[in-house]
Formats: sequence, C-alpha cells, structure tokens
Amino acid sequence: MIAFSLRQSWVIGLVVLFVALFVITRFIQPAYGARDFASLTQAALPYAFAVAAQTVIVLAGGIDLSIAAMMAVTSVTAALLMKDQSAASALYAVPLVLAFGFALGALNGILITISRVPDIVVTLAMMFVLQGVALLILPSPGGGAADWLKALVVGSLSVPGLPDAVSAWIPHALLVVVIAVCVVWIPLKRSQLGLSIYAIGSSELAAFRSGVPVARTRILAYGIGGIFAALGGLTLTMSTGIGAPIPGPYLLASVAAVVLGGVALTGGRGGLVGPIVAVFVLRLVRTDLTLLSVDPNVTTIIEGVIMVTVVMFGALLAMRGRST
Amino acid sequence: MPMTTSPLLEANGLVKTYGAVRALRNASLSLLPGEVHALMGANGAGKSTMVKILTGALRPTAGRIAIRGVEQKVRSPADARRAGLVSVYQEPSLIPDLDVLSNLRLTRTPVDAFRHWVHELGVPDLDLSEMARDVPLAILRVLDLARALAIEPDVLLLDEMTAALPANLAEKVLEVVRKQTQTGRSVIFISHRFLEISALCDRATILRDGETVGVVDIGPDVEDRIVELMLGERILRKHGAAVAAEARPQALGKTRLSVRNLRVGTKLNDVSFDLHDGEVVGVVALEGQGQDELFAALAGSIRPSAGVIKVAGEAVKFGKPRDAIERGIAYVPGDRSGALLMHRSVRENIALPFSAGVRRWGPINMGNERTTVLRAIERLQIDTRAQGEVRRLSGGNQQKVTIARWIAADAKTILCFDPTRGIDVRTKTQIYTLVRELAAQGKSVLYYTSELEEIQLVCDRAVAIFGGRVVDVLPVEIADELALTRAAYGLPRDTAADLGILADPTRPKAAP
Repeated sequence: MIAFSLRQSWVIGLVVLFVALFVITRFIQPAYGARDFASLTQAALPYAFAVAAQTVIVLAGGIDLSIAAMMAVTSVTAALLMKDQSAASALYAVPLVLAFGFALGALNGILITISRVPDIVVTLAMMFVLQGVALLILPSPGGGAADWLKALVVGSLSVPGLPDAVSAWIPHALLVVVIAVCVVWIPLKRSQLGLSIYAIGSSELAAFRSGVPVARTRILAYGIGGIFAALGGLTLTMSTGIGAPIPGPYLLASVAAVVLGGVALTGGRGGLVGPIVAVFVLRLVRTDLTLLSVDPNVTTIIEGVIMVTVVMFGALLAMRGRST
Repeated sequence: MPMTTSPLLEANGLVKTYGAVRALRNASLSLLPGEVHALMGANGAGKSTMVKILTGALRPTAGRIAIRGVEQKVRSPADARRAGLVSVYQEPSLIPDLDVLSNLRLTRTPVDAFRHWVHELGVPDLDLSEMARDVPLAILRVLDLARALAIEPDVLLLDEMTAALPANLAEKVLEVVRKQTQTGRSVIFISHRFLEISALCDRATILRDGETVGVVDIGPDVEDRIVELMLGERILRKHGAAVAAEARPQALGKTRLSVRNLRVGTKLNDVSFDLHDGEVVGVVALEGQGQDELFAALAGSIRPSAGVIKVAGEAVKFGKPRDAIERGIAYVPGDRSGALLMHRSVRENIALPFSAGVRRWGPINMGNERTTVLRAIERLQIDTRAQGEVRRLSGGNQQKVTIARWIAADAKTILCFDPTRGIDVRTKTQIYTLVRELAAQGKSVLYYTSELEEIQLVCDRAVAIFGGRVVDVLPVEIADELALTRAAYGLPRDTAADLGILADPTRPKAAP
C-alpha cells in the first residue's frame, strides 16, 4: 500500500491540487455547482483524449505534433459519415473513425521507423498534411452527428436509487473518459505491448537487447495514440454536432498536461491518469481566472508559471525522496 | 574434455565491414558442449563486434553461424534467445523505469527460477517491486545474469561479467558459471583477468585485427602464449625507441602534478604518481580500468572520493573543470565532439578558453586574440582551408585544434586522453612531435593511449593501471609492446611467471 501510494504520489498530489482548486472555486463563486462541473468536464473532454494520445506516444519515447490536426481530420470524417444519416449510421461510423485514427497514427510510426527521420520532423510534416486533408474533406464547418451520440457527452448521469444531488456530479463526459481509459489503457498496461512501450521509452538499447521488437512497438504506440486522437475528434463532433476542419489548441495543451501529469518527456516514466487529472486541473485554473475576470493574456502567463513550478517542485520532491 | 563431440556453436569466416573499415575480417569460434571458452583480444581486435554478431545485435557482412550443426540466421537478440543463446552485456540491460518484476515479464522469464538463481548468486534479499533504476550497479549485473540463467540457455555469453562486482559476488558468479557446464551447457567468457580465465576456462580463442589467430587450451603458463598471439608479429617489430629517447633531458624538472592514493567510486582504487615539468608520462590500461575516472578527476569534472592531488606542491580540490583550468591543467578528450564547438570556426574554438569566461567578462581584445590564434595555428600546421566550421576539418586537424587552444591559453599541464584515436599516420606523427615540443618547453603532459607503440615514441615513463590501481611504472627503455601488454593485464614484469605470482594483486581473496 505504501509502495502504491509512493508510486502514485504524483497523481495523488494532482488530485489534491484539483480538490484545493475546487474549494477555491467555491469561494470565488459560491454558486458553482454540478451543472458547471458538467460543462467543465464536457469542455475538457477533447483535451483529455488529446493528452491520452500524447501520453502513450511520449511514454514510448516519441512525440506527436500532428495530434490536433488528426483530431480535426477524424472529427470532419465522423461528421461527414453521419450527416443526414439514421441513428444507426453511428454504429459503423464510430468504429470506422477509430480505425482511421489508428491508421493515421501507425502511419506516423511507420514513417519514423522506416525513414529514420526524427519523430518531431515526421509528425510536424504530418501536421501540415492533415491540416490540408481536413479542409479537403470538409471545407467549412458542417456535417452532423447522431443524436444519441450527442447525448452521450451532454448532461449528467441519473442512477436509480441515487439521489439526484449526488448523481448530478457524475457528468456523462466524465464517464466517457473513464470508460475509454478503462477499455484501452488498463488492458494495454497489463499486456506485453504495454510493457514494451515503457521499455522502448525508458531505454531503447536495453529493450532491444531484452528481445523487444522495437520497431513494431513504436508503430503500435503511435497507432494507439491515433485511436485516442480519433476519440478526441469524435467527441468534438459529438459535443458540437458538426465537424470543424480547423484544428483546435489541443497540441500544446496536450504536451503541457503530459508534463504536468508527471510523464517524463524523455519517455518511459509516468502513467495515463496523471495527465488526464492534469487536464482537469488546467481547465479549472482557467475557469477560476475567468471567474476572477483576469485578463486572458495574464491567464496564459499564470498557466505557464504553474506548469514550471509544479514540475520543478515535483522533481525536487523526487530528489529528496531518493536521497533519504 | 569432450573433444570428440560436435560443437554446440560454430561461427566461421565472420566478416563485418563499415564502409572501408573492416571490424572483422575472418573470425571464427567453435564452442564445445560443457566448456567455458574465453574470447580474448587486445583493444580493437574485434571482440565486441563478434559478441554483437553472435547475439544478433549486428548482422555480419559474411560468414555463417551454426548452432548444434544447423545453420542459423540470428537477426535480433530475440532470435538468438530462441536459438538458446543468451548474453549478459557489459552494461546492465534491465529497463531502468520498470520494476524488477515487470522486467521479468517483459522477457517472459520464469520468476521462481530467477529467484533461485538470485539466491544462488549470493543476493539474499531482493525486492522484486523495486525499480531497476534504484538497484545498485553490482546487484543489477547479478540480476542480469540470474535472468539469463533462469531461461536455461544452451550458450551463455558473459561480457566482462565480473568487472563491476565486489570480490564476494564475483566469486559466487564464477562458481555458478562453472556449475553450468556440468549439465552440458557452454559459456563464452570475455574477461581481461588472467586469473579468472585460468581458474574458469577450458579453452581460449584469440582475436587480433578482426581475425581469429589461435585457439589454445588453458593450462599453466599459457598467459605468455596468449599475449604473444594477441600481439602477433608486432612483437618482432622494433621501434626506434632509443632514437626517440636520446633527445630527452635526463634531469627531471620540478614536480608539477602529484597524485597520492587517488580513489574515485569503485572504478579507481589507489593511484599515486608524479608528473614533472618537461615530462611526458604515458598511461597504459585496458578499457575501463579507471583511466577515464583518473583523467576526469584531474580535469575537475568529477570529485575524487579520497586521495590528494597537488599542483606545484599545493593541495587542490577541483569542483568544476574551470578550477583545474585556473591551475593550468587542460584536458584534451579523445572524443573531440566533447571539446569543440563543431559549427564554429577554428579561430573561435582556439580563442574560447582564453577569451571567454575564464578570465573576465567584457569585450574581447580582437587584435590580441588574432595574433595568439594565428601563432597557434602556424605552430600546429593546422590545415585551415576549411576553417569556417571545425566539423569540416579532418579528425587529425580537429585534434590539433583541441591541443592548440590550450597552447594559446598557456596551460602548464596537458592531459591527453587517446589523442590519436582515428587519426591518419601523418597527423599522428605531427602530434607526437608537438607533444615532445611542449615537454621541451617545460610543460608536463599526461598521455593515455590505447595504441601501445606510441608510448616509446612519445613518453618518458609509462604508468600501467589495472583494476583501478597502478600495477607498474615502466621506464621507456623497456616499455615495448610486449612489456606494456603484460603490465596492462596485471601480469608481472618478468617472463618467468608461475601461478603464484599470477595471483591478481587487485582483488584480495574474500575470507570464506
């Protein structure tokens, strides 16, 4: 148990930070309630998937600059597939879009492995390519989404037997994140592939010598990142009801949350829960600053300062912990 | 010994070329079931290339590998493992960010067998949930070995297995390795320690210049035969040692640098020597015997854990390289990319130490700088056709720039670490002349080299280091390649070797 809490100390710290921020929010705006929390979660949803995508890739020792563009492409693809279609169309549209995301991610991985061009260059190029592709698919915002899909991310859960006051605090969007993480991440982390992803990120040479298929693992890591990016794209379409071909601010936000979430940018260290909690922390900070009617320009400065400070303190605490 | 049985592993005619460079030209190895087979060779003989090929980390340009008589294509370490060949490398291969248990899962190693071997190897309490990063190096090597043993390989390849181990663990390891062979398994054992080899191995394959030059049965007095094979006909080549030596002053200058009982971590155990003004002292050592740590400590990049360094009679403590530079000690590393600003000009690189930082801030006196730099360039005959960017210079000219900057900065002591590595013959000669000139001007030079024939060309004395200790100091007259090789392997100076003298002076026997 102690070992567990030690290893998860970063995540626990983030959760504490989130709770503290939440208390502060209630002070600033006593009326801040379940409804606001639900809309916060809904707004955080695409960010959460973007950071999930980035996390898997960073853990494998890579980086993906094309994530936001990939989300735009998958979003417009989903919107186009479901435009003026029956509700059932979503049943094939969703798996199709996820497969598309996987393929795009894997393509990144394959290009990096075969060409030996640095990941940062390949994915930067891919970012431009995908930005163009998104506009080709859908020149202006449009398309549609099945109503039941839209309902998935809006509103809160109503559980029979549970008082509304409690269930109101469990927004649908939060459930979507939790389920997606459970379905993709937990089996992955327990599998040989998950271990291999950590292994190549931690020490490629040692992994190679341990018999890990380095190239295949890297391609699959990018592929899984692609799936998360596609989920992000889907949630964009789901929450707005249309597809938008211009990428949102998800790329830098994903890197920020990865760092804040306790994942080493050099790879191999960290988990998925930390970065996702970090997304919520960052969104809540922004909410607070908006509630305090702080100048938006100052907001970004404060966010930057928070990021550096938290990472610095984390490293400091880790050093203390090791030396004692 | 089971001489009649067919070999378990056979490698024939292995060739590996990198462009024009031939790392291996015709290497072979035949491993019988149930034997411990030593693979030996001087630095650069091709040992590590051979190991990498056998374990699938490199593909040979030509040649064949047969396991149990069946030819195999070993394309990756995973392939080699499937074929029953597992190796323990010099550097630990556990993933640092995974705990021990996850590391076992990664390689699908049975945990119970692993625990058994860890216990057998003398590590009683091991927490499997510990991160590999937090495990001490010596234990990590034992874990590597236990992981290899746990999958019961037919052939176990151990590369410098005992190098980082304390005496008690090393003995356990040798014991376990010996036992392996009783069940018909074989071990390829790479080590620089004759003591271990004579205690453990049945036969040895000797490589020289990428070629297998001999296979010998290990017995008493085999060391001389092995050293002879490693050096080959080079022994017969006579160098103009006398010619080089006669020009040298016999009287020593003042003691410039004095090192007493220097110790750095576990690598450097006890090193003492003096370096006088106008003297070039050669350092001879096999790879990883502590010479890197010695130079780093003298250059101020690492702090020694014990011992005294005196510069001109005054005890000093270096916290950073700048402290050493201020005392007139300059370090010229073997890896030039670690010393030069590759994308900047020759002038800037030479001027860097004396213009930047060390002395003062503020504007640089360009005229002054220019004269000093030009003088240094002229003196070193640096080919300045490509002077705009240092990286476009040849390796030899780059090396000259790294030395030139310290001449321009007027350093009193120059630490050269393998300065002629990968340099053409003509430039090498120029560097020898330069080092001698520096000595003639009263500067002192500490000169580590992996090419033993350089000692007689450049140095006044040679200090041999083995296992982190000075094992011998040879006057230049007798420091031919044979004598130096023997010294570097920790063998005594006289050829009349019996096993009594052979006892490794670096490792006192552990009390049972």
